[in-house]
Amino acid sequence: MGLDRGPSDLGHSRDGPQELVQAVAAIEAVFRAERARVLATTIRVTNGDFDLAEEVVQDSFAAALDRWPVEGTPDEPRAWLTSVARNKAIDAIRRRVKLRAIVDAEKIISAESSVDAGEAAVQDDRLRLIYTCCHPALAREAQVALTLRTLGGLTTDEIARAFLASPTTMAQRIVRAKSKIRDARIPYEVPEASELPERTDAAMAVIYLVFNEGYAATAGDSWTRRDLSREAIRLGRLLVELTPANRAIHAEAEGLLALMLLHDSRRDARSDDRGDVILLEDQERSRWDAAQIAEALPLVPLALTGSGSGPGPYALQAAIAALHAQAPRSVDTDWPQIATLFTELLRRAPTSIVALNRAVAFAMWRGPDVGLAMIDELAEQLHDFHLFHAARADLLRRLGRIDDAASAYRAALTLVGNEPERRFLQRRLDSLAS
Amino acid sequence: MQYLLMIYDDEKVLGSKTPEDRAKVSAEYLKYTQEIKASGHFLGGDALQGSHTATTVRVRDGKQTTTDGPFAETREVLGGYYLVEAANLDEAIKLAARIPSSRWGSIEVRPIWAIPEMGPKS
Repeated sequence: MGLDRGPSDLGHSRDGPQELVQAVAAIEAVFRAERARVLATTIRVTNGDFDLAEEVVQDSFAAALDRWPVEGTPDEPRAWLTSVARNKAIDAIRRRVKLRAIVDAEKIISAESSVDAGEAAVQDDRLRLIYTCCHPALAREAQVALTLRTLGGLTTDEIARAFLASPTTMAQRIVRAKSKIRDARIPYEVPEASELPERTDAAMAVIYLVFNEGYAATAGDSWTRRDLSREAIRLGRLLVELTPANRAIHAEAEGLLALMLLHDSRRDARSDDRGDVILLEDQERSRWDAAQIAEALPLVPLALTGSGSGPGPYALQAAIAALHAQAPRSVDTDWPQIATLFTELLRRAPTSIVALNRAVAFAMWRGPDVGLAMIDELAEQLHDFHLFHAARADLLRRLGRIDDAASAYRAALTLVGNEPERRFLQRRLDSLAS
Repeated sequence: MQYLLMIYDDEKVLGSKTPEDRAKVSAEYLKYTQEIKASGHFLGGDALQGSHTATTVRVRDGKQTTTDGPFAETREVLGGYYLVEAANLDEAIKLAARIPSSRWGSIEVRPIWAIPEMGPKS
């Protein structure tokens, strides 16, 4: 279907004279930078027909390759690309109408309406695109795939590699999502104010899921995974940039961005050369990305206080990550404050995973016996989760209950799925004997 | 755009309700129907007789078979429907969420595929 043609494989010869090669490279750079914006506006023109929009946006790039080297690059390349794409979309819709002898007046009207490529209008279009890709009527995995495909500009193959799915499965997922948007008429709109919080939560969940897929999992092509985290951070920045109108939502978007930046700042320090896990307390803090931490830290107080109705879950998690980032050494960590933040987080997002993390923070603050009692209360919900047993094992070890610790590590080992984590638990178990 | 809002209910749940509760549900349905008529969304709608009255028809290789019962044996069965006019899926979802059975059953929202050769609907 030509959905995945990158700018560089349009069949143009690349061994022309030096200037032409440079001109093509310059156009490709413009296209890479502007594609998502042009696409966002063009989808509005095609009334939510993603396929048609992608096709004519690709055509507009081909037209640029033909004409810019001769006529010179226009003053406003994005406006040029958008207007070429719009005209091609109108032509295509007219052809379809004629072909099927159906007068789909509504489509024509939308296509004929003027295309405002000004900054404010384009921002609205990008927001429309986020909310449409993350519409609750689409399955979560379809939301993720479509977001990466249209907003991120990743190819279907890249998305498939990152999620360990076959390219065919991923392509079908994206095709199905686009057909549902078109055929069930999922509106290409920013939701109304009453729905905005819930719909933004969904968009943030997609972005955070993309981030975690890139950050947490250790299977798959590591380069692509790192790319996923970067992409999620870029989308997080976009959301911060686009959401200033609603204070609570803007604050939570800042929280999400700060959280991702802070986690990602530890990427190089969290595993050794063999890919083995290094715990936060053992990480070499000089290897944390100082620039990224410096970008994230000022966002945290904004996220915590900006909403006007108390901090949201991302802001609270960002605050916890910030306290870790600010401790010069592991022993300097402000555990009382982290434990308090976890208590608040548990109130806002009552999940057993949050409760487990809170128990660990209390163990660091008030001692392993306090933490162990809190963890044991979670046994019923978490007995199938390896980190529950791993956390218990660690506290039992610190309490000197070596036999109990060993059996807890063994329980964790039977449940763990990921190879580096398995090796880590095995090393811990082995070290109990010595 | 037209959407069919299909109402899936557990017949046992409705059957176990007291007569007063059933009357309350009927009143709610009546009110909802009047509301979406007044707002111009309503195009049609009916309640269906119980699934024990259902017959499923199939023709395979020219041979017709009829079987007793609904197409799928599930707990929740199609109990009624509304045909509504809505601007887009979001509006249709909002209409679906106001159907009383959405609180104990499920509403499936499906856009109508307008086939011009079939002519106008009414």
